[in-house]
Amino acid sequence: MPDGAMQAARPVRFRARGFVARRHPAASVVVFLALIAAWEAAVRLGLISELFLPAPSSVLAALRELIEDGTLRDNLAASLFRLLTGWAAGTIVGIAAGFAIGLSSLARAAGIPVISAIYPIPKIALLPLFILWLGIGETSRVTVVALGVFFPTCIATFGAIDNIPRGIIRMAQSFDVPPLAILRKVVLPAALPGILSAFRITAAVALLLLVAAEMIGAQSGIGAYVLAQGQLMQTDHLLAGVLVISVLGLLIGTGLSWLEKRLLTWR
Amino acid sequence: MELVGRGIGQVFGDVTALAEIDVHVADGEVLGVIGPSGCGKSTLLAILGGLLKPSRGTVEVSGRKPPDCLAEIAYVFQDFNLLPWRTAEGNVRLPLEHHSMPEAERRERVAEALALIGLTEFAAAFPRQLSGGMRQRVGIARALAVRPAVLLLDEPLSALDAQTRELLMEDFQRIWLRDRTTAIYVTHNLTEALQLADRIAVFTRRPGRVREIVAVDVNRADRATPAGRARLAELHDHLWGAIRQEALVADRELEHA
Ligand SMILES: Nc1ncnc2c1ncn2[C@@H]1O[C@H](COP(=O)(O)OP(=O)(O)O)[C@@H](O)[C@H]1O
Ligand SMILES: [Mg+2]
Repeated sequence: MPDGAMQAARPVRFRARGFVARRHPAASVVVFLALIAAWEAAVRLGLISELFLPAPSSVLAALRELIEDGTLRDNLAASLFRLLTGWAAGTIVGIAAGFAIGLSSLARAAGIPVISAIYPIPKIALLPLFILWLGIGETSRVTVVALGVFFPTCIATFGAIDNIPRGIIRMAQSFDVPPLAILRKVVLPAALPGILSAFRITAAVALLLLVAAEMIGAQSGIGAYVLAQGQLMQTDHLLAGVLVISVLGLLIGTGLSWLEKRLLTWR
Repeated sequence: MELVGRGIGQVFGDVTALAEIDVHVADGEVLGVIGPSGCGKSTLLAILGGLLKPSRGTVEVSGRKPPDCLAEIAYVFQDFNLLPWRTAEGNVRLPLEHHSMPEAERRERVAEALALIGLTEFAAAFPRQLSGGMRQRVGIARALAVRPAVLLLDEPLSALDAQTRELLMEDFQRIWLRDRTTAIYVTHNLTEALQLADRIAVFTRRPGRVREIVAVDVNRADRATPAGRARLAELHDHLWGAIRQEALVADRELEHA
């Protein structure tokens, strides 16, 4: 058809197909169940040795045993105590240090080089040193967890403070709001989302360090239990322990989501 | 109250933002300030309100405060500066919270400020639930709640669409007719300045100086009448003539920056 010639009316073709996210909730469940079923079947058919990878049903049976004979309760109690004290200590000190760096240029100049130097050290590598300093008891393990939590918390806190729009602080100053009240009513709530999202990272870090620390010279705790079952070739009990750790991680994540929703209703 | 700035200059590093400014706002007067982007209007307002120490010059206030005045000078900001975790009511309360007064009075002041600007039914809404115009109304109510002697407005309508801007100009008009609050109204919009100001200071491009001061010789109440509109249109042409060249050069400066 020559350019500029009259053309008959026709519909405009739809050209924006694809590249859109859709939800497929059934697919996730189906794949998950299929994987479990395939695993169970492979063990029962003798394709996988029960010793190396016990069937899901055996893992559940081992878990029930753990629950019934009180092993789970004792080890979980020991682990939770270390996790909570270590995480809480690292978080409190980390937030305090983050506020100091975020608010005072002197603290910033003094603190940031130290933090940049120590942050990259894998904290678990320091456990033997802490055992020398603090003994083989709880303190050294809790310290490792606290140290691992401290750095991401501190960095997220001063990062959140740095990102507060200058304007809202100037606004508060323009109404003569006293400095401490500005801290409480403006800086803290504005930094809260950043601090809370760090909790997600530090919870994972704390769990990882806890399990690792319990595998070095601890008599109790889920990590120590998993290690001991491995040495006894009790893989069903080992995996039951791993399952417990995973569920713990999941519960913490869910709890944090709930906390964020409660505290940040305004978003 | 009256506000006087003398010989104000501001230097940021090697940028001279303000050259040598004298401003005088009489009691109950609204001074419009217009000038191209980057000529130092916000800087001047920050200096006049005590939010920035000037490199040179002095600022003084004098005269009688209105009754129940809690803060001599209050700001209305271009980007509102609301606290997103507080409701409209909570935002308006903020400047009252550190003043000791019976809780009933505080609540009454907040309610009155919200009512004055038509926000009563949005008192419990969070900023993210409000339109731009409603957000700025919260910013205005917050400033009015302290019953300031001087109101400093930094391009308060620049972030809003044209229709919302008209509506808020009507609100300002009403509030000024009622309270006669001394005010400085910074804008780059000639129509806003002509509708709202008693006098208009035209700034040069950076470094900002006062190029000219134009009196808007039309009564506030007459500005919507045909005769009033005709006079404002004349003033508009005059102001545009004064500012066009400045804006043209400033625009090119920014391109090459
Ligand atoms: N804190 C600051 N540091 C450095 N330069 C600044 C600062 N504040 C403003 N300026 C500069 O001063 C000039 C005037 O800025 P501003 O007062 O915001 O202008 P306007 O409000 O008229 O657009 C601009 O060139 C701006 O880049
Ligand atoms: Mg500005």
